[in-house]
Amino acid sequence: MGKHVVLVEDEQNIAEAIRFLLSNEGWRVEMLANGSSAVEVIRKATPDLVMLDVMLPGKSGFEILHELRADPASAELPVLMLTARGQARDREMAEKAGVSRFMTKPFSNAEMLDAVRALTC
Amino acid sequence: MAREALTGSRIRERRVMAGLKQADLARQIGISASYLNLIEHNRRRIGGKLLLNIAGALAVEPQSLTEGAEAALIATLREAADDVGLNQQDADRADEFAGRFPGWADVLAGTRKRVAALEQTVEALSDRLAHDPLLAASMHELLSTAAAIRSTAAILAETETLQPEWRDRFHANIHEDSRRLSDSAESIVTYLDAEPGAADPASSPQEEVEKYLNAHDFNFPSLESGAVAPAQIDAMIAEAPELTSQAGQFGAATVLRQVAEDAAVLKLAALRDAVAQDGADPLAVARRLRVSVPCVLRRMAALPELGAGLVVCDRSGTVIFRKSIEGFTIPRHGSCCPLWPLFGALGQPGSVIRERIDQLGRADASFDSFAVSEPVGVPLYNAPPLLRAVMLLLPVPPGSGRGAPVGSTCRICPHEACRARREPSVMKAGV
Repeated sequence: MGKHVVLVEDEQNIAEAIRFLLSNEGWRVEMLANGSSAVEVIRKATPDLVMLDVMLPGKSGFEILHELRADPASAELPVLMLTARGQARDREMAEKAGVSRFMTKPFSNAEMLDAVRALTC
Repeated sequence: MAREALTGSRIRERRVMAGLKQADLARQIGISASYLNLIEHNRRRIGGKLLLNIAGALAVEPQSLTEGAEAALIATLREAADDVGLNQQDADRADEFAGRFPGWADVLAGTRKRVAALEQTVEALSDRLAHDPLLAASMHELLSTAAAIRSTAAILAETETLQPEWRDRFHANIHEDSRRLSDSAESIVTYLDAEPGAADPASSPQEEVEKYLNAHDFNFPSLESGAVAPAQIDAMIAEAPELTSQAGQFGAATVLRQVAEDAAVLKLAALRDAVAQDGADPLAVARRLRVSVPCVLRRMAALPELGAGLVVCDRSGTVIFRKSIEGFTIPRHGSCCPLWPLFGALGQPGSVIRERIDQLGRADASFDSFAVSEPVGVPLYNAPPLLRAVMLLLPVPPGSGRGAPVGSTCRICPHEACRARREPSVMKAGV
């Protein structure tokens, strides 16, 4: 079985594109469109990677990241944050919260796949 | 070269001002004209007795030849050098550059100042982007949609063996996202453009009210009968799709009640007749029809043929009603210009202010403004009245004479030296 990623993204069409790209690379992609249940799902699924949008219904990507880092079981889990909020202070906030990699939208598919490979090799 | 390098330029300037020829000054101080020429072109250092002699011949203090207004110019040149990381050796020659090429030095310094002003403007707009919730949300939507289109288009272009069902789904996604992108871009342009009457999304209760009133062209025939039941207004509010917030519904109901009250005492047909006889003169109309001036101002704003604008504020100066007019910006965020006659009227209850005004900014338009304040609510013993001011704006044909300059809001007003300024403007140096 391939590696497992939980993708938390409320933009359905971006999520579909990412799912297609990662599936082609052999990943098993679990998709969530709402932030409220994300932490619980991630804890149960113990994935190899989490991909997080920032602005999500229910709970923001920053809140999810904080909760994951506060839990020893997911403190080292690779988290790739994808966001349209590319301002310096958003990047700073993400880095302080312990993000593994921060990417701003729009991004190229190759760039995103390179980041995923780098985080999980 | 030290700053004394500019002494030669100052000697030349003072000599020319004194009407002396180079040869005459050289003769007076006992040097050759060619040597003085080298001094004046900052090719020779000067000091000591020779400097004192020249100052004496020109009847000026020696210090005035060694220190001058160029200090600010040189400081700006050094800042420009710092900005681009010019090497220290060249940066130290700013004095020499200013002395030998004063015109170019001015151009460089002016350009540097303009760049600094533009950077401030960009910073201010960036701040707006970060803090204006509607704009930030629109930009987020736009970038998210662009990301979806980019990823999906790349999949379609780069995947050689794409299964038909995936291909069809991605085509449909791109079609849907391209429409979203177009809508997002349009809403941002509409918002930034802020044209009067433009159909923009409301981001505050007051904008909901304005959108609702615009949709009806500020005319409500059903309220013109003179006998309007409160339930009728409630029904109108409930049916209005523009009024989504409770505060917006409250504001709109207040406006509609005022329209009904005004319509009961002044019919539009009677107002039209009076305007036809007296012209668009609110005071003359009020006298003829024996109606209060605030009522006349509000009703004149409802006559489409006058193309008038109307602004109403409460005693705190908060704008509680606006009917926009092209060329006169009523700010959506922040406070209005305190020079508007509207606010002057608050301090002079009962008197009617009539003033021609021009709003500084993009549009070059003049308006005849009429403003008056009136007490609202029931009077109470020993309690100051709650005042409300009304300002009618009538467009003035081009070439009819300029008015007093007023602004929109300090933040975007170009009048730097304004006596009413309460915060710096982002519109500096002609930006």
